[in-house]
Amino acid sequence: MTNTVKKNIDNRNTDNKNIVNRNIVLCGVGGQGTVLASKLIAAAAMEKGLRVMSAETIGMAQRGGNVFSNLRIGNSMHAPLLRSGQADVILGFEPGETVRMLHYLKPGGTVITNCRPVKPTTATLTGSSYDGSEMIAYLRENLAADRLLVVDGQEAIDKLGSPRVLNMVLLGAAIRTGQIGLTEEDIKKAMGRLIKPAFMELNLKAFDFARQ
Amino acid sequence: MHTEFLMGNAAIARGAIAAGVNLTAGYPGTPSTETLETIAKYRNQDTYVEWSVNEKSAMEVAAGAAYAGARVLVTMKQVGLNVASDPLMSLEYIGVKGGMVILVADDPGPISSQTEQDTRHYSYFSKLPCFDPSSVQEAYDMIQEAYEFSEKYGTPVFFRPTTRICHAYASIEVKDEDEYVHHSADGFKKDSSRWVIFPRLSYANHKKIEARNVELSKVFSEYSRNAIIPERGSFAGSGAARKGVAAGGISLALTLDNLQDLEDAPRILKVATPHPFPEQLAVTYLQDLDEVLVLEELDPVIERELTYIAGKYHLNVEIKGKLTGDAANAGENSPNLIAAALDSFLGRAAAETAAMPEPPQIPVRPPVLCAGCPHRASFYAVKTAMKGKKTIFCGDIGCYTLGNAMPLDMVDTCLCMGAGINIAQGVFRTEPDTNAFAFVGDSTFFASAITGIINAVYNQAEMTVIILDNSTTAMTGHQPHPGTGRTMMGEVVSKVSIEAVLRGIGLEFVETVNPLELDKAVDAVVRAAAQKGVKAIIFKSPCIALVKPDQPLSVDQSKCIGCKRCIREIGCPGIVINDGKVCIDPGLCTGCGLCAQLCPVHAIGGGCHD
Ligand code: SF4
Ligand code: SF4
Repeated sequence: MTNTVKKNIDNRNTDNKNIVNRNIVLCGVGGQGTVLASKLIAAAAMEKGLRVMSAETIGMAQRGGNVFSNLRIGNSMHAPLLRSGQADVILGFEPGETVRMLHYLKPGGTVITNCRPVKPTTATLTGSSYDGSEMIAYLRENLAADRLLVVDGQEAIDKLGSPRVLNMVLLGAAIRTGQIGLTEEDIKKAMGRLIKPAFMELNLKAFDFARQ
Repeated sequence: MHTEFLMGNAAIARGAIAAGVNLTAGYPGTPSTETLETIAKYRNQDTYVEWSVNEKSAMEVAAGAAYAGARVLVTMKQVGLNVASDPLMSLEYIGVKGGMVILVADDPGPISSQTEQDTRHYSYFSKLPCFDPSSVQEAYDMIQEAYEFSEKYGTPVFFRPTTRICHAYASIEVKDEDEYVHHSADGFKKDSSRWVIFPRLSYANHKKIEARNVELSKVFSEYSRNAIIPERGSFAGSGAARKGVAAGGISLALTLDNLQDLEDAPRILKVATPHPFPEQLAVTYLQDLDEVLVLEELDPVIERELTYIAGKYHLNVEIKGKLTGDAANAGENSPNLIAAALDSFLGRAAAETAAMPEPPQIPVRPPVLCAGCPHRASFYAVKTAMKGKKTIFCGDIGCYTLGNAMPLDMVDTCLCMGAGINIAQGVFRTEPDTNAFAFVGDSTFFASAITGIINAVYNQAEMTVIILDNSTTAMTGHQPHPGTGRTMMGEVVSKVSIEAVLRGIGLEFVETVNPLELDKAVDAVVRAAAQKGVKAIIFKSPCIALVKPDQPLSVDQSKCIGCKRCIREIGCPGIVINDGKVCIDPGLCTGCGLCAQLCPVHAIGGGCHD
């Protein structure tokens, strides 16, 4: 039982100096598929020999609530959680949620976001006018144009014919910014392992969608 | 060894399997639940797994198996330990033969719990050793070591991860199957001087336990998971003060992350066994320091130990933390809070973040009952039946606590598992003209409501018990229970009938009704409320996550008068307003039909006419 702790504390260090550490925040509303997107990035990174840690929202907060994942890739972190100003990338599945998580973005970080809102049940009750456009406007005002990619998730869903692949549409767009540090091939390999063959074709189409 | 990406709870389970665990028993509770489920999934042929009816049963089943030499795991959340505390407090005096690990997941925040209870106090209180992992990898490794300690010292041990360990994922090194330990139980050996608790035995064992814990404190000072990092040198801080940071659990990992880039980082004391505390190690650590900041979640356990040790050994060191107002004394330690505490302790400037103007108002998304949830119909039926009457609606622990949200507003009290029944009884005794109602789910009914109902019957209460039977333990992710007829070993067994239990207790009014048939449901409540004594209605309809949804309904726009009664009365997330028109979202609607029954102009119907 001795010495194991040394390994735990000391070996997450230095041997891979050229590896870029990446901190990513994925966020959205329960049921949008953020967890699978986060798992695919993790699997692809691990395939390249990188260590990965993540923290997900699990439990009562899931259904219809806001969900997030902190995802950390690299060889030097101890905890899965990020503090404000540490994220290289925010991948937002819902515009309001993207803004909610914006404090995580580091100066010069990149935001990829869906522009279509998910209106909360409370909005129906209170008659709030939230439609997501105010969030996109805010992001455009506060981020440099080359640091913000807005994806129309609804258009993708309509063309692909399934609301279930929104996650792949956004993941594809995010990977192609180059900011996640993984290639399309890396992710597609991971998809082959994590996604059932019957759903592969649709998911691949979704993954490639946002380039068209 | 190979690498896998595992959730903390899965890592704990896989560690227990690698340690040769023979039996696992538990009761579901966030954030502990996935541990037992993972064992059930990966167990080998001769490993036994059960969801027990409650935590007390789980503890006793596991104790029996450990008496017979099995390696056992008990799983629960922190408040579950209160239910299991009776066997726990005696079991310590008896001890075990096979290794026994009691996994209790704490929930700083709290994120999904009633309280911020700290299991490390239970460890101190019950005199059992406690292991507190700081990462997913450490959780995997440490639970295997916990079994060795448990067997070596003949005592159950606590394993206490927190939510951010349980629900974190990490790529970790795990053993290949050929590296697993295989443990076989050598059977129960009769010996009443060992297994039967008597005052004389307790006195004798108490002395042994105290001596053992003194020894364990020394052993834990040498245990490599308790450590001083780095082992020598390096004190940071402004001026000449020599500073250190002591931490355990996720707070330790967050501290290491935070101090990573610091040239001259303070010395860190890593505490992996908060009880018995590694006293000698702490003395070595404190001797060289002037000031120590303690970062831990929930209660100031490490802080009090260090303060005590500093006094006992006359060490000239100032211990700072929750007790001194230098660390937050409630809620979880987010990386931001850790950073703020360290910045102020080290006199360091805060890291820069991009300053941005105030964003537009972001909608809040409180958790709500799902679209089509049968609980919504049950609450609405009771609400309709009792309109204008003096009532109290005592709720309980489960998804149905969400019945408190607007527009239902049907939960007046909620305390702990099963408490609603007797709280309703107490309110009735004080205000006899109140129509007292208690709502309880099926899993909670079996776990801890039956004795409460017997109490109400025996003591001549007047109240209506509403059993929300959705055939599962929904909130924690759909675990089977005695009423479902399935066990965690995959057997199909005879169901324990809630109705038969209630009749056996002596209730005369027991009706089982489908809550989605609104008129019948309202009628049943009206009749029950009019009767004397303790009455029960079982609202039976499966959780929507268990069954295929029916065809979604839709609103006939030519009939809809836009009164929004459907929205105001039940608040189903399936009903939305699009461009000013009331519509049903076909992706969410399960076709439960509740809204259709309250539309005054029958505008809501099945089929596809839109
Ligand atoms: S039928 Fe009405 S109440 Fe039921 S799920 Fe659909 S929209 Fe909601
Ligand atoms: S209750 Fe009926 S009429 Fe009123 S808004 Fe709803 S669908 Fe329209």
